[in-house]
Amino acid sequence: MSLLELVSVSQSYGDKKIIDQMSFALEAGEIGCLLGSSGCGKTTVLRCIAGFENLLDGEIRLAGRGIASAAANVPAHQREIGMVFQDYALFPHLSVAENIGFGLGSLPRRARAQRVDAMLEVVGLAAYGKAYPHELSGGQQQRVALARALAPQPRLLLLDEPFSNLDVDLRERLSREVRDILKSQGTTAILVTHDQHEAFAMADKVGVMSQGRLLQWAAPYELYHEPQSRYVADFIGQGAFVPGTVTGPRCVTLELGEYCSAVPRQFVIGDAVDVLLRPDDVVHDDASEVKALVLGKVFRGSEFLYTLQLASGRSVLAQVPSHHNHAIGEAIGIRLELDHLIAFRQA
Amino acid sequence: MQLEKSLPSAERSPPPGAAMPAGISRRLASWPGRLLALAISLFTVVPLAVVMTSSLSPDPAIWQHLLEFALPELLRNTLVMLLGVSAGVLLIGVSLAWLVAVYQFPGRRFFSWALMLPLAMPAYVLAFAQVGIFEFTGPLQSLLRPHFDNMRWFPEIRSTWGLLLVMSLAFYPYVYLLARNAFATMGRRALEVGQSLGLSPRQGFWRIALPMARPWIMGGLLLVVMESLADFGTVAVFNYDTFTTAIYKAWFALFSLDTAKQLASLLVVMVLVLLLLEQYSRGRRAYSQAGRTAPLPRLTLTGWRGWAACAAASLVLLLAFVLPLLQLGYWASRDFANQFSADFLGYAWRSVLLSLLAAVLVTLIALVLAYLVRRDGGAVVKLAARVATIGYAIPGTVLAVGVFVPVAWLDNQIIALLGLGGEVTAVFKGTLLAMLLAFVARFLAVGHSAVDAAMNRITRSHDEAARNLGVAGWALLYRVYLPLLSGGLFTAVLMVFVDVMKEMPITLMTRPFGWDTLSVRVYNMTSEGMWDQAALPAIAIVLAGLLPTILLSRQQDVA
Repeated sequence: MSLLELVSVSQSYGDKKIIDQMSFALEAGEIGCLLGSSGCGKTTVLRCIAGFENLLDGEIRLAGRGIASAAANVPAHQREIGMVFQDYALFPHLSVAENIGFGLGSLPRRARAQRVDAMLEVVGLAAYGKAYPHELSGGQQQRVALARALAPQPRLLLLDEPFSNLDVDLRERLSREVRDILKSQGTTAILVTHDQHEAFAMADKVGVMSQGRLLQWAAPYELYHEPQSRYVADFIGQGAFVPGTVTGPRCVTLELGEYCSAVPRQFVIGDAVDVLLRPDDVVHDDASEVKALVLGKVFRGSEFLYTLQLASGRSVLAQVPSHHNHAIGEAIGIRLELDHLIAFRQA
Repeated sequence: MQLEKSLPSAERSPPPGAAMPAGISRRLASWPGRLLALAISLFTVVPLAVVMTSSLSPDPAIWQHLLEFALPELLRNTLVMLLGVSAGVLLIGVSLAWLVAVYQFPGRRFFSWALMLPLAMPAYVLAFAQVGIFEFTGPLQSLLRPHFDNMRWFPEIRSTWGLLLVMSLAFYPYVYLLARNAFATMGRRALEVGQSLGLSPRQGFWRIALPMARPWIMGGLLLVVMESLADFGTVAVFNYDTFTTAIYKAWFALFSLDTAKQLASLLVVMVLVLLLLEQYSRGRRAYSQAGRTAPLPRLTLTGWRGWAACAAASLVLLLAFVLPLLQLGYWASRDFANQFSADFLGYAWRSVLLSLLAAVLVTLIALVLAYLVRRDGGAVVKLAARVATIGYAIPGTVLAVGVFVPVAWLDNQIIALLGLGGEVTAVFKGTLLAMLLAFVARFLAVGHSAVDAAMNRITRSHDEAARNLGVAGWALLYRVYLPLLSGGLFTAVLMVFVDVMKEMPITLMTRPFGWDTLSVRVYNMTSEGMWDQAALPAIAIVLAGLLPTILLSRQQDVA
């Protein structure tokens, strides 16, 4: 049985559908992520799970027990669901230790102090128990917020855009740290973000949302290599679409030649399709007869991201190790490595 | 209406980049500027020093008298007043603020700003209007009398309870306004955080929302306590002796300026202790808010709960504003032809003239002070600015004494120097100048906070861009600052104008002979119990007071 289950959950503000028939399940100990641009409804999903918003339709089950439906709701404070807020919402009038101990009212004093100390240790802030929130850096505040939410040992932890107030550097480091903490505590968690790097770094399962609908719920690897819709293909990672014609159950002919997928496909022969080319699908090969013109390049340290123009005038992206330094206007040889051939029928 | 003053420092701190880097203005940070700032601080330093030195040389005879007859009652009255009014404004202000900020109920939008209207009505006006409504001969008892055998059960309005009720109704908006803004930005979020940690909404209010809003609530409460301590007109209506009325009587009834000075020094000590307590209670907690949150939708109160909320807000608004205003209107209209006389126009004209003079003077000084603080930014100037703006906490009666004494001394020196003994008894004493000095001391903080808030919105980049284009020094003031500050300067003039218009004790005690203003007229009539004769000048004061209240509610209604 999954720990958390959403069964065709819907929610609206007035006439506007915010969540449209959303279903997914999260296993105990997993970290899930709802990914989407702002306004796609992802935060509302989180607020419905937390109990801050009521459902229009559908059901939410925690450990098999219904906690929310259009008819009945378990009050938010009785759900044992913790939350890390986007702005942390730390209590400015309480010290770090008091903040972390806030949700431990039911424990005796000694046990509470021990738990607070243990949590301080877990998030690496053992020396800061007596400090006040404003005396900490953004990253430290974020860790206090995490410790406060984890201290009462919630059955599920929700994180609302947890790193959006931090610098890019810190965001990456902290997302790894937070994942380690959650895993070490065996916490089941859902985070919401618009940043796919964050989603990939943190989550076991990622759901891509658009306009209130969950388009795909899958592991990051699958999402990247097996997108089920054009929107997801476009939204996740970089890439360009190149037209082609299906020539076999798993083969397509492009202007660059015929390519066949290494993994099973069920194409309809003769269909006109658009094939997704990721930058890592396009390989630089001096020996190749297929040439492409360098239109632009971005230096990324260990590699270049080249924008290349094909003979047809279409452009594709190529990720090339940085010792291959080519000038703009130069023609270079390329070939494709399409193990996961992604093609969508042309509209 | 020194609301800005009370905001916790985190709210008032200038935006990043507003402070001057030490290097740029070093050349400008010269002593003339610092001396000018110190000179401005003399407006408050001199009256305070005059009053306080009297406590260094206590006169045993006066103290004997005070201890025996006056002090015990004064202290008890003051304590009862402060505690009672604090409890009243907290109850009314905090609960209404919570309702309006977090819930949706019938009329909420209207009440959100209308509940600030009582700010326009000075407490002494509310006082005599309420007494008029509730006293034996008032409309309410007259209306009820035919239906009862006797009216002995009806509470006596002219009692301590009546005073506490009136003052709570007059002063709750300070707490309401600050608490409402605090709750609006974090009220619902506080409940959600609590729920995510297992607290019910009720627990969330007491354990999170209330403690988090504490600095704003306490800021409002401090203003209320200061206003209560400084109040003269209201306690006079109720014949309730506090330090302010005792100072007035000592001076104008017993003609003992020394006794007045001794009493004033005690009052100052109380104010300073309160200020220190407030400062200390903040400790090292800072109440800034991290990040930004989108405003959350309000929780809707349905059915009888919604109407109960509406009824509570209506009751307060009726008692604190609508009914008193109707009563005043009734009194004024009954005898309008008689009251709207040349005398009345004279009071109004003198009030407007005096308020305008004081407002312009205070704003100019506030502008210079704010500019000096920004240009120099050093410790000396900052300290001078703090001292100069402490006057908002010093009761008008104290400042009246503190200004009168040095002016009288100066007069005597001039008279002696010029050998005018006998023919001339006063040079500056009892002139507009002496009065304006006291007003500057009292209201510089009001002007300064408005100008300073506007000044803080001008970023360092504006300065640097101007310097980069070759504009510096005082030219910076009128080419860059003044145009950007015009809104803040207007607010400053308006706020000070209305405050002087409402002001009673300074005007009463330092006015030139025959210079009766609207508020003096109100005092003279109410001290005789002639409520109806005080109505028209009171209405004029309330109407003037509505201007900044509306302005303020516009600014704040984003909440």
